[in-house]
Amino acid sequence: MSIGHTLLGLLEAGPRHGYDLKRAFDEKFGHDRPLAYGQVYSTMSRLLKNGLVEVDGIESGGGPDRKRYAITDAGITDVETWLSQPEKPDPYLHSTLYTKVVLALLTGRRADELLDTQRAEHLRLMRVLTTRKRKGDLADQLVCDHALFHLEADLRWLELTAARLGQLAQEVRR
Amino acid sequence: MTAPAGSLLAATDLRKAYGSTLALDGAEFSIHAGEVVAVMGPSGSGKSTLLHCLAGIVPPDSGSIVYAGRELTSLDDAERSALRRTEFGFVFQFGQLVPELTCVENVALPLRLTGVKRKEAERTALHWMEQLQVEDLGAKRPGEISGGQGQRVAVARALVTGPRVIFADEPTGALDSLNGELVMQLLTEAARSANAAVVLVTHETRVAAYSDREIVVRDGRSRDMERIV
Amino acid sequence: MSRLRTWTRDLGMGARFAFGGGREGWTRTLLTGVGVGLGVALLLISTAIPGALAARYERGDARSTTSTAQADTPGPDTLLITRINQTYRGKDIEGYALRAEGPRAPLPPGLERIPGAGEMAVSPALGELLKSSEGALLRERLDGPVSETIGDAGLVGPGELFFYLGSDSLAKNGPDDYRVGRVTAFGYDAQRDGLDPVLMLMVVLTFVALLMPVAVFIATAVRFGGERRDRRLAALRLVGADSRMVRRIAAGEALAGSLVGLVLGTGFFAVGRSLVGSVSLRQRSVFPADLDPAPWLAALVAVAVPAAAVAVTLFALRGVVIEPLGVVRTAKPSRRRIWWRLLLPLVGIGLLLPMGGRGNDHGRFNQWQVGGGVVLLLVGITALLPWLLERFVGKVCGGPVSWQLAVRRLQVDSGAAARLVNGIAVAVAGAIALQMLFAGVEGDYTEPTGQDPQRAAVAVLLHGRDGTGTDLAERIAAVPGVTRAVPLTSTQAAHQLPAEEETVDVTIGTCDALGEVAVLDSCTEGDAFVVTGSPSTDAFYGGRAEPGDELFVGNVRRYEAAAADSPTPAKWTVPAGARTVASREDPTGQLRSGLLVTPSAAPKEIGDFPDARIFVQVDESGPDALDRARNAVFGADPFVTAMTLRHSTQAAGFSSIRTGLFFGAAAVLVLIGGSLFVSQLEQLRERRKLLSSLVAFGTKRSTLSLSVLWQTAVPIVVGLVLAAGTGVGLGAVLMSMAAQPVRIDWPSVLGMTGVGAGVVAAVTLLSLPPLLRLMRPDGLRTE
Repeated sequence: MSIGHTLLGLLEAGPRHGYDLKRAFDEKFGHDRPLAYGQVYSTMSRLLKNGLVEVDGIESGGGPDRKRYAITDAGITDVETWLSQPEKPDPYLHSTLYTKVVLALLTGRRADELLDTQRAEHLRLMRVLTTRKRKGDLADQLVCDHALFHLEADLRWLELTAARLGQLAQEVRR
Repeated sequence: MTAPAGSLLAATDLRKAYGSTLALDGAEFSIHAGEVVAVMGPSGSGKSTLLHCLAGIVPPDSGSIVYAGRELTSLDDAERSALRRTEFGFVFQFGQLVPELTCVENVALPLRLTGVKRKEAERTALHWMEQLQVEDLGAKRPGEISGGQGQRVAVARALVTGPRVIFADEPTGALDSLNGELVMQLLTEAARSANAAVVLVTHETRVAAYSDREIVVRDGRSRDMERIV
Repeated sequence: MSRLRTWTRDLGMGARFAFGGGREGWTRTLLTGVGVGLGVALLLISTAIPGALAARYERGDARSTTSTAQADTPGPDTLLITRINQTYRGKDIEGYALRAEGPRAPLPPGLERIPGAGEMAVSPALGELLKSSEGALLRERLDGPVSETIGDAGLVGPGELFFYLGSDSLAKNGPDDYRVGRVTAFGYDAQRDGLDPVLMLMVVLTFVALLMPVAVFIATAVRFGGERRDRRLAALRLVGADSRMVRRIAAGEALAGSLVGLVLGTGFFAVGRSLVGSVSLRQRSVFPADLDPAPWLAALVAVAVPAAAVAVTLFALRGVVIEPLGVVRTAKPSRRRIWWRLLLPLVGIGLLLPMGGRGNDHGRFNQWQVGGGVVLLLVGITALLPWLLERFVGKVCGGPVSWQLAVRRLQVDSGAAARLVNGIAVAVAGAIALQMLFAGVEGDYTEPTGQDPQRAAVAVLLHGRDGTGTDLAERIAAVPGVTRAVPLTSTQAAHQLPAEEETVDVTIGTCDALGEVAVLDSCTEGDAFVVTGSPSTDAFYGGRAEPGDELFVGNVRRYEAAAADSPTPAKWTVPAGARTVASREDPTGQLRSGLLVTPSAAPKEIGDFPDARIFVQVDESGPDALDRARNAVFGADPFVTAMTLRHSTQAAGFSSIRTGLFFGAAAVLVLIGGSLFVSQLEQLRERRKLLSSLVAFGTKRSTLSLSVLWQTAVPIVVGLVLAAGTGVGLGAVLMSMAAQPVRIDWPSVLGMTGVGAGVVAAVTLLSLPPLLRLMRPDGLRTE
């Protein structure tokens, strides 16, 4: 999952300090793995270098890093592209997808579109696997079936999430 | 929006209400000859209603359904029945085989309805039962065979008249995965070899994966997954 | 836990299922209830009929005077009464003229006072007829003011047309005026003849033939919804009920249904009873109050029906193993065997045959043996039919799709179809047998009257001082629609006084009139003839007189004339030129003998008691001519007898049984038609999904409708064929018992099978709307 895109997405709601960014990230996505300061710092430097964020101001008074970051237009476009691009279906996709959905909701983008896009991608892969399975031998069938069942589970999650988008939106925006 | 060119069966802006419940609210659909299209969606989304409308079983309240250049909504009940007898085939979830008739008689039934002689109808029926690998069950009654076998008999029945479109409404809904896979494999293969299009209503993605394309119905509106991205 | 307590617990649980199963459960229980209720209603009516008949007889007897003691002389407690029956537009109207001779004259039942002169007391039905436009012409005849309406106690049935007419001119002309009674009380106390054995046989058979199908029907009704019940029982097994428990629970459900049936049946009976008063059938009607089942019979019904319901359920479940995961019918694979099924009817025939040929000698039949034989024969049908049907549908194949669907369905479960048709088959077989018997015995109980309605529609009989009828005849002849009114007067003559055995009849009339009673080549006024019996038999009637004989004419026997003013018979000489002619039956079928004379050749004095009659011929094309003629007669003299001539008369006991049979059979067939319809509906509802999917792949509605028709028609046709065969066989046996030549009465065979076929058609037609509704695609919706 892309921490850079996530932090960019969080910035889209308004300029924030690095510390705020970390807190927001941990609150929404870092349930089990809080972000290290260093990682925020290095990621923001990279984003700054690529012109996706800019420094909005530096607060006076103690503290190691009191820089306030704001997202640039290029940064917004980058988030947009990332969100609308389906992820390559893979078994442990959910954290990325979840992040994307929450960010889409946070930034007022169409989360349902995002989910449908992902579904189409999953289905496409399932069709490919099904075709391979039909034409292959038993070993192919078993391998493909393994993947198919995982993809099916993802799709169920997508379906369920799509059905609960309204609820989720309320929760995220609180 | 108009139907895509070259489609065998296409519907635009279908609306259908059952009482105050809106089952279809501007749904679109199209299928090419020989294409397998899965119609997916949660329960109550209107996917079965879409199938019923497309097959001419239920007339929509408004909208247009064009099959091979004919507007279905302007046909009367007898004409639509005749169309279903000759051009369409049907597979449902369960309860579609006449329990008193033997399997081969069940498969031969659509042919006999179009006036084919009994002997000949049953010969054709046996041919299709071989395709579906159920030729041994000819003399048995539906109550004496398993669910998967019953669905394969039903698929044979749907194919027996050489239809151009097969409508399958949750054909694997009552089956376990292995039997479901088998039915789907045989159904799609037989349909492809007969160049019959299949409208496949299902809520199972693994079943839908046997299609060439998916359409998702949600709250009575359809969405062609192919056109995303 | 004691046995009794387990039983009550399980039966109670079944009853709770019957009522607590939601809408489905209720519907099923209600269906069973309605079915059983209709049967119970029919049973109650059957048990009430003997009482109703007895009540009718009692009231008929109470107002009768035919056997009461006659007073010789007028007294303070005597009443003169004479019968003045009328017919109006083919309906019989019974009437009496009354004249109280003293203040304590007896009052007929149902009256508060004896009508004054010219006043009438009428039954409610007659009162209504007189007020209606239809009775306008009758109003001209019975034109007196109505003093009161006769109460129920004075009527046999509510629809009866009956009246009493008060009179001040009614008189009894001496003790020998048999037409007028002088009574001091009403009531009939003579011993009634019992029904004769053949009629008794028919009554027994009618009841057996009607009640058997009702029993079969009730047995079917408690099995409504059997499949769904089986599924529920399986579910009970799954949660731990043992197989005996579920049987008891099933019995409890049937019991509950039959109890609902008892309540509904009592209700139907009460409704039917209150309606029965307004129904008249061939001028017979029944007071609701008369339809009162004997308490012990009603109690028997109340106990027997629920008991039978439980027994039938347990019997039906004998071949069924209810497993936790479903119901297995062990009875299915075993083929139906024929031998014990044939045994029943054979034993029945064995019981009946030895009684052959007893009927006409009026020997008694052993009623139990007859009843038992018939019951066995009819029960035999219910045993044979399932076997026959199974064989039949097992053999047929081919045919169109609708036929294939129906036959295959019957092959899978021919038992259910047979059960439903059993009732019809039994009813039809019984009815055919009885109709054959009736048709055969009809000759015995229908007497030809010898009357010829073509020559005269009405014969007016005048007696004694009523006169010669010439004036009356002229008045009648003037009535529009009357073609001819021919008066004939006869008196007695004898060679010596007082007359001995042989008196000579002297009939006086115009040439035209005499032509009605003798074959006259030529006749002119002044002629006289000697009549010699009929040309066909050359029989000799009465005394003879030769031309030139000197005779005394008038009250030659002398005893008619108790009255002092009776003139002495006068001497008269038979005209010398009297020719001998052959007699001819008059329109009433009588042959005359003696002398025929034209008025100018007739003796001057004919005595006080001439016997005159007027033959009235009417134009058949005018509808009211007959009634106008009768009006004229009644207007001229209400006490003369005006007789409407008929070809034949039927014994009353016979026609009422026949009517009872017809309506009973019709009611039973309608009832069974109803249950066929109900089970048809149930079956259709269970196949809703299948029907929808068949329609989806383009099955024509007509195909499915036809298959429903075949499905009803095939079992019924098989049943009717069996029923017709058994009915004809039973009829033949019964006819030989009544010592009648065996003759198949085709009209009744065709009639009854026709009614059966009508039931099929009606059931199919009624099933069509729900079938078409169920074929709608809604059945495909699973969401």
